Amino acid sequence: MEVKRNQLSAWLYLLPTIILMAIFTVYPLIRSFFMAFAENYNYMTDTWSSIGINNFRIILGEGSEFLQYLKTTCLIVIISVPISVVLSLLIAVGLNSIKKLTKLYQTIFFMPYVTNSIAIGMVFSVMFAGDKSIVNYVLELLGIGGQNWLGGVSTYGNHASYVSQMTVLLIYIVWHSLPFKILVLLSGLQGIDKQYYQAAQIDSASKFTVLTKITVPLLSPQIAFLTTTSFIGAFKEYSSVIGLFGAKEGATGGHYDMRTIVGYIYASLTDLNVGEACAGAVVLFVIIMVFTLLKNFISRKQIHY
Amino acid sequence: MDIKIVHLTKVFADKDQAEVRAVDDLDIVIPSGKLIGLLGPSGCGKSTTLYMIAGLLSPTDGQIYFGDDDVTKLSPEKRGIGLVFQNYALYPHMTVKQNILFPLQNLKVPKVEALERAQKVADLVDIGSLMDRKPRQLSGGQQQRVAIARALVKEPDVLLLDEPLSNLDARLRLQTREEIKRIQRETGITTVFVTHDQEEAMSISDEIVVMKLGVVQQQGKPQDVYNNPVNKFVAKFLGTPPINMFNAEIVDGKVMIGEEAIAEVPFENQEVEVGIRPEGFEVVDGADSGAFSFVVEQIEFIGRDKSIVARHPNCQTASFRFIIDADIQGVEVGKTIRANVKPNKRYIFHKVTEKNMELSSPEELEVVEQVEELGE
Ligand SMILES: Nc1ncnc2c1ncn2[C@@H]1O[C@H](COP(=O)(O)OP(=O)(O)OP(=O)(O)O)[C@@H](O)[C@H]1O
Ligand SMILES: [Mg+2]
Repeated sequence: MEVKRNQLSAWLYLLPTIILMAIFTVYPLIRSFFMAFAENYNYMTDTWSSIGINNFRIILGEGSEFLQYLKTTCLIVIISVPISVVLSLLIAVGLNSIKKLTKLYQTIFFMPYVTNSIAIGMVFSVMFAGDKSIVNYVLELLGIGGQNWLGGVSTYGNHASYVSQMTVLLIYIVWHSLPFKILVLLSGLQGIDKQYYQAAQIDSASKFTVLTKITVPLLSPQIAFLTTTSFIGAFKEYSSVIGLFGAKEGATGGHYDMRTIVGYIYASLTDLNVGEACAGAVVLFVIIMVFTLLKNFISRKQIHY
Repeated sequence: MDIKIVHLTKVFADKDQAEVRAVDDLDIVIPSGKLIGLLGPSGCGKSTTLYMIAGLLSPTDGQIYFGDDDVTKLSPEKRGIGLVFQNYALYPHMTVKQNILFPLQNLKVPKVEALERAQKVADLVDIGSLMDRKPRQLSGGQQQRVAIARALVKEPDVLLLDEPLSNLDARLRLQTREEIKRIQRETGITTVFVTHDQEEAMSISDEIVVMKLGVVQQQGKPQDVYNNPVNKFVAKFLGTPPINMFNAEIVDGKVMIGEEAIAEVPFENQEVEVGIRPEGFEVVDGADSGAFSFVVEQIEFIGRDKSIVARHPNCQTASFRFIIDADIQGVEVGKTIRANVKPNKRYIFHKVTEKNMELSSPEELEVVEQVEELGE
């Protein structure tokens, strides 16, 4: 009797959240899944002609730009995730070994996290755009030579290549994603018992051995967490593209060089191609799910305790 | 290889500049191939001393010699030591085998040889069949043996153990301390063993070093230190049940506890403290001949012996405890009985310096007394 009453009140407390989630998360999820298979869906009248896989045929078929966007997204994922994880690990280890001014450095490294991504994007475009941009200036000084990174008229030609654009975008994404990772890894590092390091010192381990054989394995839960979340995050990359390139989603208007899957979904919705947008969303969902399952499968063998 | 520690001092300065002298002017010699127990109450600087020997802490002052080499400034990995941490510090993500192999890999020992040595040392500590387990799959005692194996596998000149038994239950503790003794004897490694458990230190050490507040009180064979404590602290620290302390007075060469003379000593008249070991009371059957009288409060049979709890007005604690043969008759609760005090089981401590008067030269007692007076 008592238990039942407790359960009832528990459900009552949860009710507001459940209702909101049902309306804004669960229902749209199911609905969009359904709409991905609805052919000739009419947004205004909420009607469709039949159920089938026509939407997928359109976006995955010949002449569709979707595959190009998928490629861009996958490139972002494959390159930015490993780089940002490794880089944040090195920075976190470095920060952790600093004895003085640790708090100050931590604050500095955490700043990108609290800064608006559109604002950062604008700063980046100033840093990279045009002849006189600071990046090109430094590259010239180093004798490497500048590039047309973000398009526009410049002495390096009036066209920014896919690779240059991708480079800037990746730098932006990695840089923007570092602080959170560093924070997680730092707290992980501070939780590692100092005695392991003393033991390693007694055992004559080199700095490199300590990093690879002690620190990384002991951080493996944090690293696994960060890898999963940033895989998912990178597949959903969108705001960085807007921050850097604006609505053009690329250096040159009309080409959408840097458009990602989420960018495509937004664009299709704007064009009222709801069926295609939903099909895109389903494809993204499947990809992320496959990756997550794969990752879980691997990390079951990799996380040590 | 001897370890010689000369004037070793470690001062920790914390944030508000308050200084802690964790180890103060420590002078000890650890003879080659012996097992030394570093003994003292919590916070007396045992771990600090051990870590300085290991090289994990750098001394504020003083030197450490391994044989003839001054190793004071040498980093830990160059000292050729094995260290077993208080909580073992086994790498949790490595198997037992990987844990034991780790020091050898760092020393670039060829793989085949390394595996051989690992297996040999694992067999020595009796964990040879657990090589593929992770530390968390082991019992406390097994973990501790893995830690010892990891410390021993590089064949160090010195083995350091920091309270290695403190995480074990009483039975396992007894068993593992025998094992440590056996391993030490078999390998002949100079070993320093830190503990705050006097019984543990006394039972396995060739010599013990008793510390208090960073200062060495006494070093010697366990039995010698137990039988001839140089001061009240050492006397009180060693032995279970602990020594019984009485307020006493020397009058005309007689040590008087209350009205009763329990011993004769060649000292001037003064107030003193007398310590009597629990086994130092000689109760005669019939119990009315003897120098010292007290009231029996409680009697406990502990197998071969009887443990008697008694009361005496001059005792520094509310009651005191001593042990007599279980066969002795006539000791009953509430009765006043008499006993003689065995001369080698009672110590006379100076009231001010707390030194054992029979082991100190008159100067030792006097000089300190004068300093004390000047200080006032
Ligand atoms: N890093 C440090 N900073 C400041 N004081 C310290 C530090 N390490 C130890 N101390 C102090 O030095 C003294 C000796 O410490 P130590 O750890 O050597 O004691 P211990 O004899 O090993 O005690 P226990 O039996 O409890 O382990 C203590 O008073 C302790 O508070
Ligand atoms: Mg300690």
